[in-house]
Amino acid sequence: MILSVRDLKVSFRTNDGLVRAIDGVSFDLEESEILGVVGESGSGKTVSLLAVMGLITDPNASIEGSIRYKGRELVGLPPRELRRLRGNEIAMIFQDPMTALTPVYTIGWQIAEQIRAHQNISKAKAMARVEELLAEVNFPNPHEAMSRYPHQLSGGMRQRAVIAMALSCNPALLVADEPTTALDVTVQAGILDLVRKLRATHKSAVVFITHDMGVVSELADRVMVMYAGRVVERGSRMELFSDPRHPYTRALLGSIPPLTGEKPRRLPAIPGSPPSLLRLPQGCAFGPRCPVHYEPCVTGRPDLGIGTHAAACFRVAQA
Amino acid sequence: MIYAILRRFGQMLFVMFGISVIVFLIFFATPGADPAARIAGRNASPEVLEAVRHNFGFDRPLYVQYAKMMEKIFVTGDLTSFVNRGWKVVPAVMDSIPVTLSLVFGAAILWVVVSIIIGIVAAATRDSWLDKLLMALGLLGISMPVYWLGEVMNLITQSRYHDSWAFSWVPPLGYKNFSDDPKGWFLTLIIPWITLAILYIGIYGRVLRAAIIESLQEDFIRTARAKGLSETRILLRHALRTSLIAFVTLFGLDFGALVGGSALLTEVVFGLHGIGKLTYDALQNLDLPMIMATVMYASMFVVIANAVVDFVYILLDPRLRTS
Repeated sequence: MILSVRDLKVSFRTNDGLVRAIDGVSFDLEESEILGVVGESGSGKTVSLLAVMGLITDPNASIEGSIRYKGRELVGLPPRELRRLRGNEIAMIFQDPMTALTPVYTIGWQIAEQIRAHQNISKAKAMARVEELLAEVNFPNPHEAMSRYPHQLSGGMRQRAVIAMALSCNPALLVADEPTTALDVTVQAGILDLVRKLRATHKSAVVFITHDMGVVSELADRVMVMYAGRVVERGSRMELFSDPRHPYTRALLGSIPPLTGEKPRRLPAIPGSPPSLLRLPQGCAFGPRCPVHYEPCVTGRPDLGIGTHAAACFRVAQA
Repeated sequence: MIYAILRRFGQMLFVMFGISVIVFLIFFATPGADPAARIAGRNASPEVLEAVRHNFGFDRPLYVQYAKMMEKIFVTGDLTSFVNRGWKVVPAVMDSIPVTLSLVFGAAILWVVVSIIIGIVAAATRDSWLDKLLMALGLLGISMPVYWLGEVMNLITQSRYHDSWAFSWVPPLGYKNFSDDPKGWFLTLIIPWITLAILYIGIYGRVLRAAIIESLQEDFIRTARAKGLSETRILLRHALRTSLIAFVTLFGLDFGALVGGSALLTEVVFGLHGIGKLTYDALQNLDLPMIMATVMYASMFVVIANAVVDFVYILLDPRLRTS
């Protein structure tokens, strides 16, 4: 087991009161497994993984629960210890490659900086390693690319550079936060291929955050669906796509245009919008938008329960 | 790169030409005023007036007058002040340049170094008491008028406490040539440097703090944290480096203006006969040739300082190199 998160809660103190961005999230990650985390904006998928990275720097945030990496508790670890893991054993790829690199340094310099932050090797050796890495992420001319500045590369190339940087210290865990969202479709496919290939060569476990069900269905071994700071359904990819249990998951899958059969006049959409975390509805947070909600949904809040395929819904528990 | 530099140099010359034409027209082609009478000064005899008129070509078309003026400033250098009875203008300007340059360069080094330190410390400890103290001190520095601060400095170091151990080293006011007496040059300038720098330390420290805090919000800072870099390295290599652009812009403008004569108040308070003092005296006497020469000199420095800033930009920001 690489990563084991138990009952993680992240809350922010704001002027309007306490906002609980993450409320009791638990999940496990095995070695070289790809976990897809799906949800709308504001569902807490990014915040929960930033908490794992120890990258929530807001002084008004409080983190409770347990995050164990290879058996070692990360919550409450001193910043210096956490820094040693970050970039070295746990690496992260961010959403927007346009802004994720420092504009005033070459990409070779930036990747070498990370290597030298964690390994005691010479500049020349670090640079040689950078060239290998850039070749590995399919840069056509790695040696030349090293001396390029971020603004001289296309979005897809920058994202490859960011991935090369994340892989530079052979991390056991790679967190990818919507790495394909800012890219166009053909480039997306290339990046997904790359992630799959790297999982095979580097044996890294990957947490892949996305709001794109299509990406999840191609890549993930297991899937976790989040809504309003909680996990509403989890299961293997097969289980989730062939037998979606939570009404929210079903609605998400229903809003993907079908490739075969008759073309629908309009794609079904989920009515309403996600609730504000400051004013969560009583009971099930999805209740007000749910097509099958009934009395118990208002009074109580369904738990996810146990088992590999589980959904936090009273209708499912009933059935 | 070479092409960019040459183009920038060409622009510089063009801007200076424009400035010289405008200044010339303001002083020499204002309707209803006779420039010869003003150059010759009050109560000039008809003979002097006639000599001035011929000397500056006022009996010939305007473009000839302009050409003669430029020739006197830049080629022959024999522009003469009639108000001050035959004082050569160009050597007077040349004598004042080292005074002003010494004052402004020294103060600039001081304010750049100190304000960078203050900006970094305040940004790193933001919202702490240290940050608040530094920013309050900066505001204090900005609020003190330089002539008042200079007089207070003089009062303390030249008079009240001059005989105490702390300030007995302070030499009397005035400028000493660096080539004659390097130690005296340094000692006489220390207090003026500090006085002039305090205002700018306040401004630059506050600007840099704000710029660093803004760049700490950028995505690439989060990337740097995810790389496992130390906070110090993130601050210095990533946040500070990208914040220096605003700082350099401001520096170019202020430095150019100061060298071009804005250090006047400091020069007057400390008895330094620099460009500012020269311009001020020329304005008081309505000494047109002198005003013409000092304005040309000032604009030259502002333009050069701006060109230097553009080159520093290119060094700081690779995004500007390709275009």
